[in-house]
Amino acid sequence: MSVSATPAPGAAARLRRGLLQGLPLGPAVVLLVVFLAGPILYCVYSAFTDMALTGAAGAHFVGLDNFRKAFTSDEFRQSLVYTLVFTILSAVIGQNILGMVLALLMRSGTAWVRALVSAIVIGAWVMPEVVAGYLWSAFLGDDGSLNRFLGLLSIPKQSWLFTVPILAVSLANVWRGTAFSMLVYSAALSEVPKEIEESATMDGAGTFQRLWSVTLPMIRRSITTNLMLITLQTLSVFGLIWTMTRGGPSNKSETLPLFAYQQAFQLSQLGYGTALALVLLAIGAVFSLVYLRALRLEEVRR
Amino acid sequence: MSTVLSRRTSRPVVSRLLVDLALLVVAAGFVVPLLWLLLGAFNARAGLAVTWPHPWTLRNFHAILTYDTTYRPMINGAILCGGGTLLAVFASVLAAYPLSRYQFRAKRPFLLTILFATGLPITAIMVPVYGMFVQVNLIDTLSGTILFMATTALPISIWLTKNFMDGVPIELEQAAWTDGASVMQGLRSIVLPLMWPGLSVVTIYTFIGLWGNFFVPFVLLSSNDRLPASVSIYTFFGQYGQIVYGQLAAYSMLYSLPAVLLYLVLSRRLGGAFSFGGAVKG
Repeated sequence: MSVSATPAPGAAARLRRGLLQGLPLGPAVVLLVVFLAGPILYCVYSAFTDMALTGAAGAHFVGLDNFRKAFTSDEFRQSLVYTLVFTILSAVIGQNILGMVLALLMRSGTAWVRALVSAIVIGAWVMPEVVAGYLWSAFLGDDGSLNRFLGLLSIPKQSWLFTVPILAVSLANVWRGTAFSMLVYSAALSEVPKEIEESATMDGAGTFQRLWSVTLPMIRRSITTNLMLITLQTLSVFGLIWTMTRGGPSNKSETLPLFAYQQAFQLSQLGYGTALALVLLAIGAVFSLVYLRALRLEEVRR
Repeated sequence: MSTVLSRRTSRPVVSRLLVDLALLVVAAGFVVPLLWLLLGAFNARAGLAVTWPHPWTLRNFHAILTYDTTYRPMINGAILCGGGTLLAVFASVLAAYPLSRYQFRAKRPFLLTILFATGLPITAIMVPVYGMFVQVNLIDTLSGTILFMATTALPISIWLTKNFMDGVPIELEQAAWTDGASVMQGLRSIVLPLMWPGLSVVTIYTFIGLWGNFFVPFVLLSSNDRLPASVSIYTFFGQYGQIVYGQLAAYSMLYSLPAVLLYLVLSRRLGGAFSFGGAVKG
């Protein structure tokens, strides 16, 4: 490339070379702009209109009406709470902590136990989300395995999907997503030098003390990155909840993605639906900023 | 000396047993829902609870293995996810090349945007995408859905491809350039063959992700004869009141099989999935 270039590269030649070098980015950039950036901008625009499902024709600019409508509606506030409960319960607490515990235990388990456990946990992760939804509907159903098991302990059976729907879908999401955190944490832990942990033990630190003040601080960056990724993944879960409860009963497991879907597609309020989607994007952005902030603080402290 | 030694060894043995026990308890909790799938598929009278098939039978599979129920949705899924994967990997390889080989001012912001976009909740933009697809007549078409699915996979596949490409030393290409090869020739005949393992990881990972995707085809496709397996499993079993659970389990098993098999290939290729975890670490 540099061989065939003319001997005196002027500004124009440099520009041409730069464009030529950037050319392979073309297809990816076009796709990303048209199908990702475009819809996001369109989302921002139509959130301020009263657009119906039939399209932009006859849509009027309505300012902040959609957002006003959302924040004064009980159903929206309820679904906002369910979204946060679902995300914090299943991702930040469930997947994150269980994934960490598994990754830590894996380090000192017997080889065949490790292989078996990771095969099962990863198996749950590889299952398509609709299948995971059905598996958990069956597991938690009236005559499902959980009730059978509790029956053996003479605990009365329950319709888990009706009595505690948000807890049920959160549990299913923990089951499905824990493998991701486990893999990320296993990779991070494998890079912690053995000598540092050993010297902490020599200095008389107990297992938990060593974990808390030596091991975990060393993989802080991985923890923050993982938290960000699983939070964003969990915020946009749709298929799992849809197959398990469809957001019911009486909207008691209706997170924002389901609420937005219902408003936009089933009630044909595209403008309102996109406003709700925008709120979801904003929540994702807030979570990301918090995590990124934590990462940056860390760099400064170093 | 010997007492010190025995105390030193017996404690790790006990704690190892405790660790194994804890791991097995967690695994037991994880395996029960999976067992329902494995056993229910071979049980003609499967209910919601996990029961041992008596007798083992393939009747559930016979019942669902028809063109409309299984084969067509599987073929549609293969077209959608295969097309989307090919497009995504093709665009990623091209995009990764300048990102890996050249220094330019927009590189850092571009990479940060890509990294950010990997976490974008796709669910949130489905409503405007639907609106857009209606206006440009792409709604309910396989080609439009392939384009969008490829785009959703792009950020993570560009990121992974760039990381794998960084591992190929640039000296080999430079040698080829002096021999008169063009940049694209160098990419095709030197870089790609060397990063083949990494590229297959990206391909498989992208395909598995798209294969499991429910929401995108659910929103963008509506004709029955275009639905992939992820959606048809829902329309087939979600709409009728009386669900034959054995058939649902059998169908779930068939639908999950490609993802599971491809994952096995992937983990073998990576020597355990841990390298993948390393790639996400950021």
